[in-house]
Amino acid sequence: MSHPKAAAEFLKDQANSQWHDETLWMIRDKRDTSSKSIPEWEKLRNLASDIKDNVLSNLDQYLEQFESQALKNGIKVHWAKDAKEHNEIVLRILQEKNCEAIVKSKSILTEECHLNPYLEKHGIEVVDTDLGERIVQFLHQPPSHIVMPAIHLKKRDISALFHEKLQTEKGNEDPTYLTNAARLHLREKFLGAKVAITGVNFGIAETGEFLVCTNEGNADMGVHLADTHIACMGIEKIIPRRKDLGVFLRLLARSATGQPITNYSSHFRSPAEGKEIHLVLVDNGRTRQLAREKFKNSLKCIRCGACMNTCPIYRRSGGFSYGSTVPGPIGSILSPGLDMKKYSTLPFASTLCGSCSDVCPVKINIHEQLYEWRQEITKHHGAVGKGLSMKLASGIFKSPLAYQFSGSLMRKVIKSLPKIVIYNPLNSWGKSRNLPEVPKESFQEWYKRNRHE
Amino acid sequence: MKKEPHIGLFIPCYVDQFYPQVAIATLELLEKLGCKVSYPLGQTCCGQPLANAGYERDTEGSSLHFIKLFEEFDYIVAPSGSCVLHVKEHFPNLPGKEMSAISIQKKIFELTEFLTDVLKVGNLKGAFPKKVGYHSSCHGLRGLRLASSSELNIPHFNKAKQLLTNLDGLEWIELSRSDECCGFGGTFAITEEALSVQMGKDRLADHLSHEVEVLTGGDLSCLMHLQGIASREGQKVEFMHVAEILNQAIR
Repeated sequence: MSHPKAAAEFLKDQANSQWHDETLWMIRDKRDTSSKSIPEWEKLRNLASDIKDNVLSNLDQYLEQFESQALKNGIKVHWAKDAKEHNEIVLRILQEKNCEAIVKSKSILTEECHLNPYLEKHGIEVVDTDLGERIVQFLHQPPSHIVMPAIHLKKRDISALFHEKLQTEKGNEDPTYLTNAARLHLREKFLGAKVAITGVNFGIAETGEFLVCTNEGNADMGVHLADTHIACMGIEKIIPRRKDLGVFLRLLARSATGQPITNYSSHFRSPAEGKEIHLVLVDNGRTRQLAREKFKNSLKCIRCGACMNTCPIYRRSGGFSYGSTVPGPIGSILSPGLDMKKYSTLPFASTLCGSCSDVCPVKINIHEQLYEWRQEITKHHGAVGKGLSMKLASGIFKSPLAYQFSGSLMRKVIKSLPKIVIYNPLNSWGKSRNLPEVPKESFQEWYKRNRHE
Repeated sequence: MKKEPHIGLFIPCYVDQFYPQVAIATLELLEKLGCKVSYPLGQTCCGQPLANAGYERDTEGSSLHFIKLFEEFDYIVAPSGSCVLHVKEHFPNLPGKEMSAISIQKKIFELTEFLTDVLKVGNLKGAFPKKVGYHSSCHGLRGLRLASSSELNIPHFNKAKQLLTNLDGLEWIELSRSDECCGFGGTFAITEEALSVQMGKDRLADHLSHEVEVLTGGDLSCLMHLQGIASREGQKVEFMHVAEILNQAIR
């Protein structure tokens, strides 16, 4: 479904879309308060942006350094060129361990690779242990937001779902009660899993360690109880030095939810005695994006989700309207790089208001890249539809005479047409908006009469 | 002695066609402030709708035409942030005309920033005893940085506010969401009609809930969109461009 259609669907339930807008705006507001409590906030953003620029310019070297340090630490390192290889590597490890049930903390990368359905097809039970992810997993939905996967659902939805799946009391919407039920349910899964999968927020080239940031501690719980930890990491998640975390950890949670820091920022460096850590480094289109001069810095993203919370489109159309793993503004510049045809409407799902670029903690010029994707996408549209009318317009604007003629003609036509024609249902402007009143003469005509010598 | 600077008045196409009174107000205001202003005839469209729709490459003709009309002026001033931003940032490659394009881009200003940054007008004398709500258009706000955007942790400023709050009796209204997009967005208003209208309604509601009497802004495209909704809904709020308020208030 194209974005405009999906957005119009979402907006049909006015009360719900208003609630969605206000809920996410509240998070944006928390982010504002939190970021403004730090005098050097803009300096931090500049630093983070510079560090990530440096990483992207030297990614090959940092990756090799990271791998060799990780190997020294006793981590087993795997390289996957795409989603298929990634999934196969994970499955192979699970099969070697005779593992039939795993727990997994939040990882947008595994969503991007569609790991869950792949593993389930091979008979493995996958349990997402992040509360929001578990909720959408019960509903067989993808996350609608990268930080708050179930933000599209209300308490009463969760209550009904848990009543069905976890036998909680019907109609009990108390968050503490519901969270407790999830906790007990997940505890059982944690205890039974021999392998735990996590994502990676930061991989540190200098030391070969990596960080997983969560609020619920579910990544740690999974990893510490399991014998094997598989960490799945996009190759752009590298940072050069451990001390760079002083920049990124201050930005990440404040941008995401307004918290000073995530409740858990866990460093993983070496496997404990008798245990294993596997690290899967995934490309899946990232080097292709890196080669695109205008779009490469989209890879600086640290997945905080701030651009979603601030986006007036996202807030009013919901995460699913994008139809991509990563929704919202950042998703709209990443997804066309993966499949331009499939995601061709996403760069147009924006007014280019630029709020995304101003909240971005690593200063990705998101709205400028949306503009640039438009230029790319239209090259493949051909001279049909929008293309044709725009070509006509470009002919008019080149020539003052043609413009004046069509302008005065347009004004006359609008003036003489009955309202029913202007405001028919096929006219998108007039469905809910009136046109401005049409003046007798243009400024150009006025100027000639009044000022021109 | 330096000769008096000559200002070229750039009137965007939809202002020319639909809002001639705003163009007149801009011209009169600049003249009241002692400027020598000319409006070069034969202006068309700067090419913004095309470029934002993904056809920047087709705007070579309109861009060259723009350069030809305005090259001779010391400054170019327009009552529209978004058209100025287009000229500044989104001219296509113009082989052989690169230097002309750069020179144009350096001397083009949105009206309020021209008043505050170039003319450096301090004390505007006049009165406008109304409750005024200001719509910060995104291209002016985050493109031209006519005000500090709410996302950034920088000292607060707003060039239009700096000018308007000079006027006696004018009550500047602070909104709940100080600078959210109104949802116009050029072709977005058509291609994403449902969203565009919803965003406009929400913006309008913010102004109305604060009992704004006059809704103003620096971009008529946004105001046209908001006014279209207000008029359909029968709302009484009045719409005026910043240039109209200033020109009316200053005698």
